[in-house]
Amino acid sequence: MSFVKLTTSALAIAALSASAAAARDQVQVAGSSTVLPYASIVAEAFGENFDFPTPVVESGGSSAGLKRFCEGVGENTIDVANASRKIKESEVAVCAENGVTEIIEVRIGYDGIVFASDIAGNTFEFTPTDWFLALSDTVLVDGEMVANPHTTWDQVNAAFPNQPIQAFVPGTKHGTREVFEDKVILAGCEATGAFDVLKEANGDDKKAAEKACIALRTDGKSVDIDGDYTETLARIESNKDGIGVFGLAFYENNTDKLQVATMGGVVPSTESIATGDYPVSRPLFFYIKKAHIGVIPGLKDYAEFFVADEIAGPDGPLSEYGLVADPKLEETQSAVADEAVLGGNS
Amino acid sequence: MTDATTPSAPGITPVSGKGSLLVQDARTRKRNAAEARFKAYGIAAITVGMLMLLILVFNILTRGVGAFQQTFVTLEVQLLEEKLDKKGNRNIEDLKKVSTFGYAPLLRGAFETEIARMGIETDLKPKAMAGLLSAGAPAQLRNLVLSDPDVIGTVQQFEFLASSRVDGYLKGRVSRDSIANDKNISAEQLDLVDHLVTAGAIKKRFNLDFITGADSSDARPEAAGMGVSMLGSFFMMLVVLVLALPIGVAASIYLEEFAPKNWLTDIIEVNISNLAAVPSIVFGILGLAVFINYMHLPTSAPLVGGLVLTLMTLPTIIISTRASLKAVPPSIRDAALGVGASKMQSVFHHVLPLAAPGILTGTIIGLAQALGETAPLLLIGMVGFIASNPPDSIASGLLDPNSAMPAQIYEWAKRADPAFYERAWGGIIILLLFLITMNTIAVILRRRFERRW
Repeated sequence: MSFVKLTTSALAIAALSASAAAARDQVQVAGSSTVLPYASIVAEAFGENFDFPTPVVESGGSSAGLKRFCEGVGENTIDVANASRKIKESEVAVCAENGVTEIIEVRIGYDGIVFASDIAGNTFEFTPTDWFLALSDTVLVDGEMVANPHTTWDQVNAAFPNQPIQAFVPGTKHGTREVFEDKVILAGCEATGAFDVLKEANGDDKKAAEKACIALRTDGKSVDIDGDYTETLARIESNKDGIGVFGLAFYENNTDKLQVATMGGVVPSTESIATGDYPVSRPLFFYIKKAHIGVIPGLKDYAEFFVADEIAGPDGPLSEYGLVADPKLEETQSAVADEAVLGGNS
Repeated sequence: MTDATTPSAPGITPVSGKGSLLVQDARTRKRNAAEARFKAYGIAAITVGMLMLLILVFNILTRGVGAFQQTFVTLEVQLLEEKLDKKGNRNIEDLKKVSTFGYAPLLRGAFETEIARMGIETDLKPKAMAGLLSAGAPAQLRNLVLSDPDVIGTVQQFEFLASSRVDGYLKGRVSRDSIANDKNISAEQLDLVDHLVTAGAIKKRFNLDFITGADSSDARPEAAGMGVSMLGSFFMMLVVLVLALPIGVAASIYLEEFAPKNWLTDIIEVNISNLAAVPSIVFGILGLAVFINYMHLPTSAPLVGGLVLTLMTLPTIIISTRASLKAVPPSIRDAALGVGASKMQSVFHHVLPLAAPGILTGTIIGLAQALGETAPLLLIGMVGFIASNPPDSIASGLLDPNSAMPAQIYEWAKRADPAFYERAWGGIIILLLFLITMNTIAVILRRRFERRW
């Protein structure tokens, strides 16, 4: 019948053109949603300035991106993985198992993590200790660990207003969560002395004590946000007492709705993060498959363009958008030019 | 029939024998009251439904119409030869070496001259003045120079997009209060905008690029458009139509007209109904596992999206096709068979044409459903900064990475700059227009061509 013919021919065309498509001509990138805005700015400028098509940047999270990155070598796999954290040993091992042995690591700069609340609400000057006391599952009271009794901020720190504790923190699938745990909660845990008590209770096991430190309370005062910062912002708009964890770039685009809290007395800005005064920041990376350089047109040009002074430098568009430029950008540039792989060139 | 229930009809004796028919007894009153109450519930339900729809449409329109207008800055730019073509030979390869960053100083200079010419006094540095323009403005200059190197050395008038903050200021989204902590724009810059608006250099007008343009990066929301993702949706719908319609119709004709009724066809029937109820995200996972990981089709390609949506639409088409085949009376088949037609002739010459309007309606509704589907596309890589290269042929339309309308809306809603939020609502308006059009066509087809027996 005519439609049977139509179907078979359509399938045949699809199959034929699919095999033709194997010759991919654009760079494919996936990974961290924190790096996505920066990568898309670079991709757009790259498409404008080079004869290569604009690279495709997908999001999905650092772990998801690295997982796809490590699936193997070939045009059907992505060329670049964006990550808001360093690649793990275990991921390198998975990569190697699948034939992705030569990985080029590129650090593009630093990203600040800020604490912000509703613009009309109270102003806060936090220290990591405050956050630990407010959100930890257990806190130290008279030398003993007890379930967190605090319900308002003035119980945590007498200088704070009498405002109910309500925090929106990134969910565990976000790279941001890890930084929040490491640089804020754990720091507060150590500062209050709870860390030592926990270490003793766990038989001097440092790892176990750290794990106990970063356990957040589960009574609804701390809410995990698995979505994006827009969701955190929506939560704060509907609950004016809420305080959320954001990326610096997101805050800077929404200064009409949010006010930022200081951490340790330092106002977060690209400058204070670059000097290291603002404590809660992390490096951002992307990873390139060396095997794809020369196979996928424009891959190396894209990487070099990304870390060029006019893009990732202190006056470039990335820094304008909220990325903290890497003071050691020159080293990164030469590493990309030399295609230096993880674990050294062999 | 209605006459019998009229209480005043003559010649009917009341059953109870007590009281007049004209006076309602307690039970009748109770029944009438129950009926009145039920009608009131019904009207209330409809009112609530309509109210919800009104609120939704009102919200979408008020938030989204802004996206169809954009602020433009008209500026005369001197295309200096010493910046753009140092060798002076107009060689295209040499011209290409000057990146968009090399064009930015021209814009600063142009702003400075323009403002001096207009006699506006401002303390702003040229760089801050050029900050009123979209980050895409240098690319616009560069594209013109590369397409026509002869313009180098001349003065050309350009219409640039204004930056998203300036656009927001003209649309009332940004005010001097709201930018108090904003480092992207200052109050002095807004003063300059006021001057330029008075001078007529900054204007807000309809922006066709929002409908036809490509997605843009987070740094320039003012340049983002739906066009390329619309093409992505179009190619996906093409795949769905080409695959789902013939397969669905063939399957339902066989099941309805030829297949024996036994436990096997019963199982198939139950499973088709089950398939229609499977959440769409499941098809996305299936698509990722089968089409991309096993068959090695390219990721982010509308072809894969179309294949996934085909799986999702098939049950809808099969169910509606079978219903419209069933609605064709058996007498038609009997008559055809009676005059000596074969079974297949009776189906293809008589039953199928009569069922066609119903089949088309079902197909269009299935397509409309597929058009608005986002969940499966998340898993096959159609969300992100993808819809930036317009496809140049059918093969590239099917196989080059692209997004789709609902995926593009989702992506915009996630981005940090509030200007993208407005565009997400604008995108919803476009998507809704498509859906309304498709559903209207389906209704018209049904009204005009459906036969009833």
